[in-house]
Amino acid sequence: MMRLPAFAYHAPNSAREVVEILAGEGPSASIVAGGTDLFPNMKRRHQTPKTLVSLQDVDELRGVSWQSDGSLRIGPGEILRALERDADIGNRLPALVAAVRSISTPVLRNMGTIGGNLCLDTRCNYYNQNYEWRRAINFCLKCDGDTCWVAPGSKVCWAVNSSDTAPVMMALGAKLRLISPRGTREVDAQDFFQNDGIDYLAKKPDELLTDIEIPDQGKSRSVYLKLRRRDAFDFPVLGVAARIELDGEVVKNADIVINAVSPAPTRANASEKALIGKKMSDDVLAEAALLAYKPSKPLDNTDFEYAWRKKMVKVYVRRALEHIRSSFLI
Amino acid sequence: MTTPQATVRRKVQRTFTVNGDVEEVSFLPHKTLLEVLREDMHLTGTKHGCELGECGTCTVLMNGEPVLSCLVLGLACEGADIETVEGMAGPDGPHPLQKTFASIGAAQCGYCTPGFLLTAKALVEWNSNPDRETLKEELSGVLCRCTGYLQIFQAVEEACVEIRGEGETK
Repeated sequence: MMRLPAFAYHAPNSAREVVEILAGEGPSASIVAGGTDLFPNMKRRHQTPKTLVSLQDVDELRGVSWQSDGSLRIGPGEILRALERDADIGNRLPALVAAVRSISTPVLRNMGTIGGNLCLDTRCNYYNQNYEWRRAINFCLKCDGDTCWVAPGSKVCWAVNSSDTAPVMMALGAKLRLISPRGTREVDAQDFFQNDGIDYLAKKPDELLTDIEIPDQGKSRSVYLKLRRRDAFDFPVLGVAARIELDGEVVKNADIVINAVSPAPTRANASEKALIGKKMSDDVLAEAALLAYKPSKPLDNTDFEYAWRKKMVKVYVRRALEHIRSSFLI
Repeated sequence: MTTPQATVRRKVQRTFTVNGDVEEVSFLPHKTLLEVLREDMHLTGTKHGCELGECGTCTVLMNGEPVLSCLVLGLACEGADIETVEGMAGPDGPHPLQKTFASIGAAQCGYCTPGFLLTAKALVEWNSNPDRETLKEELSGVLCRCTGYLQIFQAVEEACVEIRGEGETK
């Protein structure tokens, strides 16, 4: 039986108090929202925070509101189920709702929050195991050990970012607001993730995510496609988020973000460039897909063979672009 | 500095409603709702499965919505309304879902049954005429390794007939 390790517990009512407690406790404290990522990790002793600061009573971190400029503010404490049941979000941001609905199961989405999914711990076959399993291999670089079993000799951890909503937030140009004793700062979703399986977020331990803002999407179209072993529920072994804005028949702006192949969601810059100024012909889409495939380097640390996962980058980017192209015809 | 609501080793006391009764429960602060229900309240109808939020057998209703009790802190339940499988039967006998699960044989080993019953109860209160696709999606968080799910889907559909008041179940 896996029990939680002991901890001291705070459940403050305001974001300001959360930040004060985090500042006082230092990095041995952890924020907990839905608990669906943190508690399994605590049971397996990946994380053993001395103090938990629960967000469950912090009402200001919840809520969804459309602003006069067409942007959407989402409180990061909003549960995933509430977002997928919101018809306005479904109509205006279908890629976001597709990503949310693809996370785990309905019962877990009743607990897990959008902020929690953005801050999801990175995952690896050598890390997401119980304590005894990990001890048997003398642990790994990400937690308690000093060898990366995926790439022995590597000085950095290659655990992958498996968030479904992270690549969508990047593709949609979302901004995230963080507060700490040093004040408030805003970061682009693009800069929130770091390509290091251990230090995978630009968020500091004493910072709290307070707002997610998705700008007006204008006439652009977007999509999220997910590859996984079981369609009923599973983490992604590949996630592709794409957004295209047309000027007439020509691509004006393109955003393509690949996830679950590296420690951070990765923008396919070359693919985006190859699309801009062109019509969305089959040849152009195939070229963009190839340019996303070439630099992607999945390692042997999730489900499925990594060479096949790399091939699927090409397939899924092409499918995502085809999906968007046909959505412009409707 | 705010004083923590719970320190490491001392038992805490919390008040919440379980199956309609207001209960004062004391438990160690690191316990999950699953552990509090089973070990401190001796309500063993809620089953202990994967402990990691994957299998769904520990599902209970918290304020009417299904949650995984293995991932809810007992500490987080202050003031909450919890329903477990022990609370499903009413004064008139078993819940329609319990009747059809039994009559159709939607259980073999029975370990997943409490999780299915409560997940289905929350569903039918929101939608008493779910189509098969909705049913599959809504119940996808609970795993059964015996029945192949067909009898479970049939049992929920059959119970919905009674819940909608369209006739007696077998």
